[in-house]
Amino acid sequence: MDVTMTVNGVESTRDVEARTLLVHHLRENLDLRAANVGCDTSSCGACTVLLDGEAVKSCTVLAAQAAGSEVTTVEGLAAADGTMHPVQAAFRAEHGLQCGFCTPGMVMATVSLLRDNPSPTERQVREGLEGNLCRCTGYHNIVRAALAAAETQKPVSA
Amino acid sequence: MSILGTRVVRTEDPKFLTTGGTYTDDLVEPALVGALHLTLVRSPAAHGRIVSVDVSDALAAPGVVAVVTAADLTELAPIPSGLPMFNPEMLRPWLASEVVRFVGEPIAAVLTEQRYQGEDAAELVAVDIESLPAVISLSDAASDTTVLFPAAGTNTVCTFGEPTPADFFDGCEVVVTQDTVNQRVAPVPLETRAASAVWGEDGRVTLWCSNQGAQQVKAQVSGWLGIDPETVHVKTPDVGGGFGAKIGADPEFALVAWLARHTGRAVRWAESRSENLTGLVHGRGQDQKVTIGGSRDGKVTAYALEILQDAGAYPRSGAVLPTLTMLMAPGVYAIDAVHASARSVVTNATSTAAYRGAGRPEATAAIERAMDVFAAEIGMDATEVRRINLLAPFDAPHANGTGATYDSGNYVGALDTLLAGADYAALRSEQAARRDREDVRQLGIGVSVYVEITGAAPSGTGEEAQVEVHADGTATVLTGTSPHGQGHGTAWAMLASDRLGIPMDKITVIHGDTDLVPSGGGTMASRSLQQGGAAVHQAAGELVELARKRAAEVLEANPDDIVVDAAFGGLKVAGTDVGVTYADLAAEDALLVRTTFTANAPTFPFGAHLAVVEVDTGTGKAVLQRVVTVDDAGRVLNPLLAEGQRHGGIAQGAAQALFEEVLYDADGNPLTSTLADYPIPSAAELPSFELLDMATETPMNPLGAKGIGESGTVGSTPAIQSAVIDAVSHLGVRHIDMPTTPEKVWLALQAAAGTAAREGAHA
Ligand code: FES
Ligand code: FES
Repeated sequence: MDVTMTVNGVESTRDVEARTLLVHHLRENLDLRAANVGCDTSSCGACTVLLDGEAVKSCTVLAAQAAGSEVTTVEGLAAADGTMHPVQAAFRAEHGLQCGFCTPGMVMATVSLLRDNPSPTERQVREGLEGNLCRCTGYHNIVRAALAAAETQKPVSA
Repeated sequence: MSILGTRVVRTEDPKFLTTGGTYTDDLVEPALVGALHLTLVRSPAAHGRIVSVDVSDALAAPGVVAVVTAADLTELAPIPSGLPMFNPEMLRPWLASEVVRFVGEPIAAVLTEQRYQGEDAAELVAVDIESLPAVISLSDAASDTTVLFPAAGTNTVCTFGEPTPADFFDGCEVVVTQDTVNQRVAPVPLETRAASAVWGEDGRVTLWCSNQGAQQVKAQVSGWLGIDPETVHVKTPDVGGGFGAKIGADPEFALVAWLARHTGRAVRWAESRSENLTGLVHGRGQDQKVTIGGSRDGKVTAYALEILQDAGAYPRSGAVLPTLTMLMAPGVYAIDAVHASARSVVTNATSTAAYRGAGRPEATAAIERAMDVFAAEIGMDATEVRRINLLAPFDAPHANGTGATYDSGNYVGALDTLLAGADYAALRSEQAARRDREDVRQLGIGVSVYVEITGAAPSGTGEEAQVEVHADGTATVLTGTSPHGQGHGTAWAMLASDRLGIPMDKITVIHGDTDLVPSGGGTMASRSLQQGGAAVHQAAGELVELARKRAAEVLEANPDDIVVDAAFGGLKVAGTDVGVTYADLAAEDALLVRTTFTANAPTFPFGAHLAVVEVDTGTGKAVLQRVVTVDDAGRVLNPLLAEGQRHGGIAQGAAQALFEEVLYDADGNPLTSTLADYPIPSAAELPSFELLDMATETPMNPLGAKGIGESGTVGSTPAIQSAVIDAVSHLGVRHIDMPTTPEKVWLALQAAAGTAAREGAHA
């Protein structure tokens, strides 16, 4: 079946099997390989992308279900001139990644978290990222990165 | 000012953050376009005789190119066990044909044009298995009632050391024995195993795989396939975590290479998480009996450790890891008599092998638990018992009595720094207050002091490095170490930059390609910095010497007067403006050094951890509130990276203490085969960690560095387990096995209450 969606601002139509998962569609049909597959039970969050602005695990969504939607992956997060999004920059500054496998999903989950709650507490960050597993960092620096990004994103009050 | 010792953010990160890394399953190499997908049919039974394997329906399924079973692989000899002390009858076949020995053991290989077709076709392979009794518990395995390899005649893979002498504790005023379980845990690298292979027209195979050391894979795969090592080109692209489980080739890698040759097509394989949880190696898996004796005033004089090690179905490195546990048995303590022995047995579960710490966390867990039970027995504060028995600070090598020679250590210093930093006294008074008011939520405080051995594996030999400065003034570093999150790209560039005076952004670090880096030990056993990093330091130093000599000739000066001038980008005659750039020197003739650094001996990082937990005595649930650690890994190259390693290790140690355990039912069916069942912690279950610094340099390498990769798991696990037990110790609980789940804590509380009630009734 033909599926059309806009990914990182670019519209594309591909003929896919009805059962194709969004994550496989992104990775194999659109060659956007940042979203990773880390599990088979929607438990790890390595595949997290934004679907019409909401963080979803792209292994639990069929490509066909995303038809007509806007999808954002970590490849589409930086500004056109390459400037990293504040969340990406904070992950780097705070050493919020090691092997990097959870990172695209973790960054997208953090972007979504901060959109819903621009000034979270540490506890809120920890609970907000509960669906994204990282085996390397112990989360310490990921949490710091999320809090730091929240600070930079805050509108400067006059 | 030297860049060494400063918090340099990682040069690797922009790629991971903006486009994602390139892991094995991400590769879009031209050679892999149109590759076949491998799907393995794995055993659904833990132990059974294979009656038949019918592949006819699978062969007829859409997209299927081939279905391979053991009958097609007769040209391959069984996978060698690799270690002479193993029972030689316990060999693993490439694909099972007669007997299956664990759920997840590969039986058939299905090759399809597309990924999803493989899963469909694999379901059509009809395997008829007649079940045999499964052996899961270590005591069952040791009893030999059911023998997994009849030709071996026993389930014992190998034994180490003699039984504890009967009179070993004679003369001790107090002797306490505790059985402890260091449970089987799953490493769970977030990237599962993956491999791709293609044979070129030159008769060579390129094998990409997710692994901690390309060179070891090359040696093993070529050996297993019976081909010249030079025929095999291994590349490890970005690797999404390893934690020891990705050391050495897995049989699946060789199978991928063989299938690529067999079909004449490129083949790619990426396992599912369920396959990963059942088929990748697991870690730990020791039943331990600890016995500790001493005097009522707190002096420990004798300690014995008896280990029963779960090797899993086919012996791999897990079967020998007890030797490391034995080597480190006395830990940080001065104990007159220490005895350790071990026996490894096969069970119907996936093989055990290295997992972050590999044998050392088990040693620390044992001795630290022993110290706690000893303290409880004599009614003394557990930190006080430790202080009484700690080795005094030393900077000359110290033999530990079980075969290890510690390089340098200050264990008392670590404990003091920890207790002051965490405000131990305040924690104890908070605990006392809660006990007084019989709070439902009790506070537990656990402390461990540890020493571990790093850097020796796999062979104790050296590590090579090559540094080359190019005519454009940039430099390339080749290393045999193989990062999978450790940040060698940044760290090795720092080391080279420090000596060469070339800025880091002009230095490229290359690893994980056996054509470019033919030799290397890989990244494991926290060896990378102290071996591979030291080699880069040495190579860069030798390159500077070479450059000085050549500069002296060009500048017609005395080599002793030539100095590196970073701002100038080359070398100058000291105190003058006369110089020559690296670029000019390299344009003349290659500016390249290849060298080997050989560490004479391993190093022994150490530290002390304190954990605070809150235990709900109504439900048994323990919540980790604080972890404070002192981890002394000698001189630190980049504190940012070292802290990251500590954080990750602490989290994995906490996970073993509180949550994780691979479980099988009595028939050997895995109960933890998905991430929905196997509870690796998320951010919500862990606190932020409080790190205190200490740096006792080692004389074993010019950097003064010890390993840091595993300290977190070694130190945190016993501290956290101890904290949970401490929270309920005043209620009569002396021991709870890991993981200290709510159920286990609650049962221990019930048992203690029952004992108290009975004792009350008898009084
Ligand atoms: S791959 Fe989607 S949640 Fe794990
Ligand atoms: S950085 Fe490796 S899993 Fe998160």
